[in-house]
Amino acid sequence: MLVMDMLDEIKDKNRKQLEERLTQKGGYIIDEDGIKLDGDYFKKQVRIALKNCDIIDPTNIEEYIAMDGYFSLKNILNNMSQQEVIDIMKQSGLRGRGGAGFPTGRKWETALQYSSDKKYVICNADEGDPGAFMDRSILEKDPHSVLEAMAIAGFAIGSDQGFIYVRAEYPVAVKRLKAAIAQAKEYGVLGENIFGTNFNFDIELRLGAGAFVCGEGTALIESIEGKRGMPRTKIYRTAHRGLWQKPTIINNVETLANIPVIFQKGVDWFTKIGTEKSPGTKVFALVGKIETAGLVEVPMGMPLHEIIYDIGGGVPDGKSFKAVQTGGPSGGCIPENLLDTPVDFESLAKIGSIMGSGGMVVMDNTDCMVDIAKFFLDFTVDESCGKCVPCREGTKRMLELLEKITSGNGKKEDIDTMERLAVTISSASLCGLGQTAANPVVSTLRYFRDEYEAHVMDKKCPAGSCQSLLQYFITDKCIGCTKCAKVCPVHCISGKVKQLHVIDQDICIKCGACQETCPVNAITRS
Amino acid sequence: MEFVFDRENNKEGIEDLEIFIEDNKDKLGALMPIMQKTQEIFGYLPLEMLQLISRRTGTPLSEIYGVATFYSQFSFIPIGEYKVSVCLGTACYVKGAQGILEEIEKELDIKHGGTTPDLKFSIIEARCLGDCGLAPVFTINDDVYPHVKKEDIKEILAKYR
Repeated sequence: MLVMDMLDEIKDKNRKQLEERLTQKGGYIIDEDGIKLDGDYFKKQVRIALKNCDIIDPTNIEEYIAMDGYFSLKNILNNMSQQEVIDIMKQSGLRGRGGAGFPTGRKWETALQYSSDKKYVICNADEGDPGAFMDRSILEKDPHSVLEAMAIAGFAIGSDQGFIYVRAEYPVAVKRLKAAIAQAKEYGVLGENIFGTNFNFDIELRLGAGAFVCGEGTALIESIEGKRGMPRTKIYRTAHRGLWQKPTIINNVETLANIPVIFQKGVDWFTKIGTEKSPGTKVFALVGKIETAGLVEVPMGMPLHEIIYDIGGGVPDGKSFKAVQTGGPSGGCIPENLLDTPVDFESLAKIGSIMGSGGMVVMDNTDCMVDIAKFFLDFTVDESCGKCVPCREGTKRMLELLEKITSGNGKKEDIDTMERLAVTISSASLCGLGQTAANPVVSTLRYFRDEYEAHVMDKKCPAGSCQSLLQYFITDKCIGCTKCAKVCPVHCISGKVKQLHVIDQDICIKCGACQETCPVNAITRS
Repeated sequence: MEFVFDRENNKEGIEDLEIFIEDNKDKLGALMPIMQKTQEIFGYLPLEMLQLISRRTGTPLSEIYGVATFYSQFSFIPIGEYKVSVCLGTACYVKGAQGILEEIEKELDIKHGGTTPDLKFSIIEARCLGDCGLAPVFTINDDVYPHVKKEDIKEILAKYR
């Protein structure tokens, strides 16, 4: 078991080895500020939650200690009271990185205020937003930062039991966490009498089973209790009555990963990064039609274009930028003229999107915004738990309307119906999933209404993405080889050998087989 | 698809499950871990085993059925030897994952959610595998296939046939 002064010993020994290994490997900046990743991609980034990722060996607790790991916990257990810990959290202004941005310190304080024989700390690692993978990276590459933060939270609110609820889709993360918990117990930084004090804290892993709604706090709690993961009516805050009706705090993985660093470097250091209302950094998963896809951690308040162009390198393949989708199925699509918007909780909400868990999917001119809205609605219809009728039925009706529009059968009033439905769904659903389910539709309607209208009035998809609205034509380049006529599954192409062929638009099913076969690229679509 | 749960061949598995239930049934919220263990052992949730869980834990079968149908990872039919999970997350979607899924469905001649009659392959639509930087991506058991193109699929699947 680890006692207080052994931590320094382990750090000194391993830090040297780690630095030597990284110098040999190359691609790192090692100086008095610490160890950082080198390269243009990282220059504008400030890594707090990801500070150890791709640097330490995640399977070795000693390397985490070499990067000052578990020093915050040691210091807190030695020198601080519960209220002092919470005061620091409040002063730091850290807000929940899972999406809603609730102040972490306030959450903890509420849980401390209620006395109970048992309290729980839950780490929400049910990262379900498609297009976001920062939690996965932290769990896989720096699991101990989450464990240390949970122990700190446990001490602060007076809990001795933590749960990590992790998606079953992340088998590597599960494996790393299991190993990390075992190691932490072996070293005595988890378990009983941590660092020789009388503080006990144990962490148990619970696996999700593929339900997006379980990322919602109360649904997650229901799931840990072994039930269908349906959100609760929010009469009580979970910090008052949560898991098994006991005071419970739920923090997201990225939020937790910030905590040990805040205690180590101090509130003043932390609040200098980011904006006044949203201090610190946020990790974004910059993906989609982007030159360099990956995780970027930047100070809050950085304008979107800086992230997309200066860090991500813009849209590849000579195509043009159309929109960036933030916040997953609860978020919205942001058009080019709003790219100077700074990324923080308030600014993104103002333009009809949300910060969410940090997915940032870039789309180019070949992506149809109506189709994207349909994609997200399809997702929410599938993932709605069915408890609230407006969400269960409303999203389904909305998806039907979008299907109607993208298949070329839309009417003008369908757009109005969708707007009315959106109001009902968002105002009459219990949880965040329903309340924000209409966002993808509302935001695309707000910024790309002309695209909806083109689908409805002109029966055209400007992006050329909706199959049923496309038309295939054979141009003069045709050499009359008859290959297209042979491959056409519905025999709608006619023409004699060595003469121009013609597609019968009434029969064509728009499968595109002719275009793929044509040896001279004579077939175009519009 | 038609299949029968073979008690004889699964004797060891049943014993393992019984031990697991005994060790865990008194813990709070043990139902899901027990069901996950069941699926881990047998590859799916056989009705016979759900009845066993119900008897041993005192949880009504209806409640177990409710939990099983709520979560997409639980299956009442056997999953094939090779689980082909096609990511349909946003990043993969904008990079053409739908076409990849259709191609795999065509190649294996089953729809997503289905298993081939020889119990070799199952196709699963994955919500997001968290490999967005590698989009479009699909996995076959633990093997990850990043930046896939439609043309590559036949060859990739051939490795597992």
